[in-house]
Amino acid sequence: MGSFDLGVGLAFWLMCGSVILCIVYGAINWNKDKEEKVLDTSSWDKDEDKINEEL
Amino acid sequence: MGIIENIIIIVYLGALGYLGFVGYKQTRNSADYLLAGRNTHPFVMAMSYGATFISTAAIVGFGGVAAWLGNSILWLTFANIFIGIFVAFVFFGNPTRKMGLRLNAHTFPEFLGKRYRSKGIQMFGGLLIVIFMPLYASAVLIGGTQFVSAYFQVDYHMALLVFSIIITGYVLAGGLKGVMLTDALQGVIMFMAMAILLAMTIYSLGGMDSAFAKFSTVWDHTVAPLAHTSLKDLKPGSADFMMKLSMNWGFQGWHKMPLFFSEGWLFMITTITMGVGIGVLAQPQLVVRFMTVKSKNEINRAVLIGGIFIFVTMGVAYMVGALTNVWYYEFNEGKNALQSAGSIEKVIPHFINVAMPKWFSFVFLFALISAAMSTLSSQFHTMGTAIGRDFFEQIGNKQYNSMKITRIGVVVMIVISVTLGYMFNNQPAIIARSTAVFFALCASIFLPSYLGGLFWKRMTRQGAIFSMFIGAFVSSFWLLFVHFQEAKVLGLCKALFGVDSLLSGKIIYVDALLIALPLSSLSAVVVSVLTKPEDKKHIDMCFND
Repeated sequence: MGSFDLGVGLAFWLMCGSVILCIVYGAINWNKDKEEKVLDTSSWDKDEDKINEEL
Repeated sequence: MGIIENIIIIVYLGALGYLGFVGYKQTRNSADYLLAGRNTHPFVMAMSYGATFISTAAIVGFGGVAAWLGNSILWLTFANIFIGIFVAFVFFGNPTRKMGLRLNAHTFPEFLGKRYRSKGIQMFGGLLIVIFMPLYASAVLIGGTQFVSAYFQVDYHMALLVFSIIITGYVLAGGLKGVMLTDALQGVIMFMAMAILLAMTIYSLGGMDSAFAKFSTVWDHTVAPLAHTSLKDLKPGSADFMMKLSMNWGFQGWHKMPLFFSEGWLFMITTITMGVGIGVLAQPQLVVRFMTVKSKNEINRAVLIGGIFIFVTMGVAYMVGALTNVWYYEFNEGKNALQSAGSIEKVIPHFINVAMPKWFSFVFLFALISAAMSTLSSQFHTMGTAIGRDFFEQIGNKQYNSMKITRIGVVVMIVISVTLGYMFNNQPAIIARSTAVFFALCASIFLPSYLGGLFWKRMTRQGAIFSMFIGAFVSSFWLLFVHFQEAKVLGLCKALFGVDSLLSGKIIYVDALLIALPLSSLSAVVVSVLTKPEDKKHIDMCFND
């Protein structure tokens, strides 16, 4: 991309860098979450009326 | 149309119908209809987010802007990937999902309303969506319908009606599940079409480096000679007029940034890059997608998928948009893109017709229809939930069936949007600006309350309400009376004061978001600090599992 000036070249490489960041982040954290049990949606369904009442 | 084209259309419509039916079968309660049951697959979530985000205007409109103003628009792609995907998903995604679940929120206005325990905030958010989103939806509707009517040679009004009925069918039946499943299919079509487009464009120009290296030659031969011509000597709206205007604004070539702090620089950085790039963080139809997944894992996986999707779809549209200048120069008697196609919005369709094989025109048409339908279905669903769940249900203390109310709301809002599509078909300027207006309003009104609500326990209801009013007032004032595009098109400033803008100079090129967002954020902080903290029990419920 040698034909771009500094500003456009920076945008181009930042764009490419952002995609790589998304890929690396997604791959590293693909299966890292341990919170599923804490926020179980089935228990939320059951408690819907109670939550609404408290709010 | 040949038999193969007919078969493909039938298969496409059949697939949409099937996915709408799957959504319908899996929808049993309001959480299913409004939040897709909170168990959406990360691929579907990411593709739905991306396909909703990218409408026909993003491909054809901004692609045309890239042909006009060049590759400085790549700053927008960077902002869309970094802010719209990475920051949005990594920093906003999981906190939104968890707080939404704790508070039993089904929509974005409801999320804010329950965080601040204010029905008024929920109703105000819903009302804002009901007032401004139909204009944005009608802009997408008009864009998609125009392509359908032009390609199939059918009456615009008939195309608008058929187009709307198809979308209504699967939004109404399948709720958000139907919307997201069809979005994912449409996202795949968009992704494939844009990848093919980039490969074929680069191949026809002899490789990437070779193609980009020709920008300065094309500029020197087709635009630089206008340097000594006055804008007054050119026909307004003509290709040379637009290129001369870009020179006057500080643009120096398709491979260069406009001069620092020139009108063009302010327009490209504040309106296009920051207005759209930051505005996306507080889009109700996008935020709600974070609440459709069951864990942080799905959001993490969606970062990877969404990042690649936006890069391939938007990045390609903008790079190809700028490269059309080189293609036309090589293959169309030394002319640039605007000289060849006639106007900004015609560049991409014209390029597809003359530079690509016939079969690809059909594929690209599907990509454009998919882009329009995926954005529209999400808008219709969001507008339906806004008028039904966020507004109508909050009036009085009567309990309603959320699914039924939302379905009625969807129908009402589709009728309004289609009516606007009929009314404003011949006034593209007002409709085109409505997208920017909606983005600016959403960011300046919702973002401080959303951000503060997620991360700052000290943020109070009064702070949220005050910041929303300041955001609404300042951004409306800027759009109606100052900004060079909206103030001129909307015409209120001219009618009241006899001028297009109350201010003059470069300030009128600064986007409303850059003025309104700092003020609404500041008011949120100041008022929150000065008012009584929210009840500890409620804050614990919002923030703790």
